[in-house]
Amino acid sequence: MSEPTRAEVCVVACAEAWRGDGAILAAPMALVPRLGARLAQLTFAPDLVLSDGEATLVHGGTVEGWLPYRAVFQVVAAGRRHAMMGASQLDRHGNQNISCIGDWSRPSAQLLGVRGAPGNTVNHVVSYWVPRHSPRVFVERVDMVCGIGYDRAGALGAPANRFHEIRTVVTDLAVLDFATPDHRMRLRSVHPGVTAAEVARATGFPLAAPADVPRTRLPTAAELALIRDLDPEGLREKEVR
Amino acid sequence: MSVAEVVGELRSGMTIGVGGWGSRRKPMALVRAIARAGLTGLTVVGFGGPDVGLLIAAGCVRRVVTGFVSLDSIPLEPHFRRARQEGTVALTELDEGMLYWGLLAAAHRLPFLPMRAGLGSDVPRVVPELRTVRSPYPDGEEFLAVPALPLDAALIHLNRADERGNGRYLGPDPYFDDLFCLAARRRYLSCERVVGTTELVDAGPPQGLLVNRMMVDGVVATPNGAHFTSCVPDYGRDEAFQREYASAAASPAGWERFRETYLDGDEDDYQKAVRAR
Repeated sequence: MSEPTRAEVCVVACAEAWRGDGAILAAPMALVPRLGARLAQLTFAPDLVLSDGEATLVHGGTVEGWLPYRAVFQVVAAGRRHAMMGASQLDRHGNQNISCIGDWSRPSAQLLGVRGAPGNTVNHVVSYWVPRHSPRVFVERVDMVCGIGYDRAGALGAPANRFHEIRTVVTDLAVLDFATPDHRMRLRSVHPGVTAAEVARATGFPLAAPADVPRTRLPTAAELALIRDLDPEGLREKEVR
Repeated sequence: MSVAEVVGELRSGMTIGVGGWGSRRKPMALVRAIARAGLTGLTVVGFGGPDVGLLIAAGCVRRVVTGFVSLDSIPLEPHFRRARQEGTVALTELDEGMLYWGLLAAAHRLPFLPMRAGLGSDVPRVVPELRTVRSPYPDGEEFLAVPALPLDAALIHLNRADERGNGRYLGPDPYFDDLFCLAARRRYLSCERVVGTTELVDAGPPQGLLVNRMMVDGVVATPNGAHFTSCVPDYGRDEAFQREYASAAASPAGWERFRETYLDGDEDDYQKAVRAR
């Protein structure tokens, strides 16, 4: 089997986000996280619940249940969910923007809208997937707070913030988290072939980092086979360019 | 009812809820008719898709109340995008769950429902009329008080209905079409086929009978009436046509051609033009 590609390293890094989550709904919002969630379900997180992206729950290749949108909102409010969303902008506290760029009242670029990001981040674990790590995404301040970061959650105070957790940010270069005393973004690992300096240059704010940054783990042979089986056309390579 | 009769009951300035979700089971035949009728100043409430885009392109919309406007397979709706960037429509931007909750409050005739979604985000900054409410119980927790979203009219599209207003969806997701009807003063249901009540009831399990005649004021048969959005299992999304729509919307000249080809005539002309591609 050929060497793992960067996209395949990213799939495994996304899969790791759901490790230990148990029987909750994994909600990946792009292809690489979706492959990650399916890989996790097929290997180390068999209890994960996954939908087909519409209203059907699937385990492996088998239909196991029904989850229309209205039920998704109930799952969100109940907290039994871990979403991996995209982010057009993300700051050091984990505030995320997918709504618009520029002044909200007259944006220079209208994007998706807040979608479910406010509800997701205040109710259950959220991670982010950024297929192109750049200073345009990792900014000092996001233009519109859709997903709330640790400073916003802190300002809300207890008990309103008790369900808030931003667990992981996976990018094409690295894995980041908020495991610092003040929950500022930290470099957890760099993908094979990437240096910490490269990640720092691609980040628009100072990034906490250990002196010796670990390398993101490689897919095992079994994981690699599963990924290639789940995505035989290699569409994952198009998402990580 | 006919499509024209439905539109004849609507007025400029109304708040209109549109069922479906994104580019899925939208009452597009009714939307096209509203655009043709030239209603103006509408507030459009819904999980936005090409319904919002078409109404904006026709100059019908003053305000959109939504959490997103998307074509699903094409993430951004081009008309909505341009209108926002040019500042020609107002927006009440809510978390998707808040939209659901606001419709539920209206359906229950409550002024608001408490919710966590939105707390700490910029939604209250851009929707300054939002208020919070504190639990009167010992927990004392503070919530966002999501205001009711009462509608003057609701438009939904289902797979089957009888003439009296009982309706059934046959696909995997009801979306929130029942809720739109419950939140509205006047409720209009378009469907692929109007059938007898017995045939309607026999067409699937009782759980698929999403709306009943307490919830519907008018029924209109609009075959292929959700086109180009999906209406499974009757048909999927017309992806090729949606791409044509989106690329046409990218330039004024392209849009003028699209409008002349598909939208300037009536619904029969539209369906003929779609078949003639």
